[in-house]
Amino acid sequence: MSTNSYKNYLKEEHFPHIWCPGCGDGIVLHAYAIALAELGLAPKEVVTVTGIGCWGKSDDYVATHALHGTHGRALAYATGVKLGNPVLTVIALMGDGDAVTIGGNHFIHAARRNIDLTAVVINNFNYGMTGGQYSATTPLKSKTTTSPLGNAEPGFDICSLAEAAGANFVARTTPFHVVSLKNLLKEGIQKKGFSLIEVITPCPTYFGRYNINSSPVANMHWLKDKAVSVSRYQHMTDEDKLQHFAIGTFVNKDRPDFYTMYQQINDCKWEGGR
Amino acid sequence: MKAKEKIRISIDENLCKRCGICSEFCSEKVFLELDNGMPQVTVPENCIVCHLCDWRCPDLAITLEVIS
Repeated sequence: MSTNSYKNYLKEEHFPHIWCPGCGDGIVLHAYAIALAELGLAPKEVVTVTGIGCWGKSDDYVATHALHGTHGRALAYATGVKLGNPVLTVIALMGDGDAVTIGGNHFIHAARRNIDLTAVVINNFNYGMTGGQYSATTPLKSKTTTSPLGNAEPGFDICSLAEAAGANFVARTTPFHVVSLKNLLKEGIQKKGFSLIEVITPCPTYFGRYNINSSPVANMHWLKDKAVSVSRYQHMTDEDKLQHFAIGTFVNKDRPDFYTMYQQINDCKWEGGR
Repeated sequence: MKAKEKIRISIDENLCKRCGICSEFCSEKVFLELDNGMPQVTVPENCIVCHLCDWRCPDLAITLEVIS
């Protein structure tokens, strides 16, 4: 086995982190560090780009290059970093607020252009850091602090959105399924073109408290019960589908990425460098 | 299936936020949750080194080492 420890990718001196007890962000951070270690990428070859929110704090805890941007613009910054220096591995860590609510436009266009980025979207169905307001992924009729009687809007399906926009790799998992989480992160990072890994994450403090239970353990059980494999989900009745979500890989294709197409069409070459 | 290797599970009390996930989901019931919510490793010899407690700890407080 490799001696490359995940600890080389974390700033443990900044722990304990700010996230609430039972929040899935720490689990995803851990899996992210393990994935980078197993891929053998040096911290200086990786740029972690974040926006604002609970998960936006994650760049404080990673020992890779980090760029902490404004709300919803993580993918815009990540696009600039990747095109400026294509040798870097650029990974955008965003919440549902960053990725598809405030930054929805950047999200669909990054997927459409098929920029060689990896977007790790933590979907906890609400704006956790600012007090549990509803976001664009909050499911219909779910309760949040700004929809105490139930949300009147249906939520986005982030994976379907990325698939329709043209992403090369689209997958969904949860922090309960940690082994698949780590493996999908590795697969997404290695994939050339736009990769999306959506992680349905518990928020025991807000979304969980209003819709499931405030106990971290109950929220993990909820993930375990609601998540089903893609093949099982396809054979479910419409009624059952509403009560569950599919996890696994939805898209895995090799459409040429933006940079390859740009160089080909403009007959130019820039390999980047340090 | 029991581990042949000797293992050491350490819990960093400064990091643990007492969410209870490790003790709830350990298939071999290695952990016991104390009254104050803190997990305690009670039967380490039952550990099958699946690493799920370590990976599922939201606070990165658990370290599982195999001592050969």
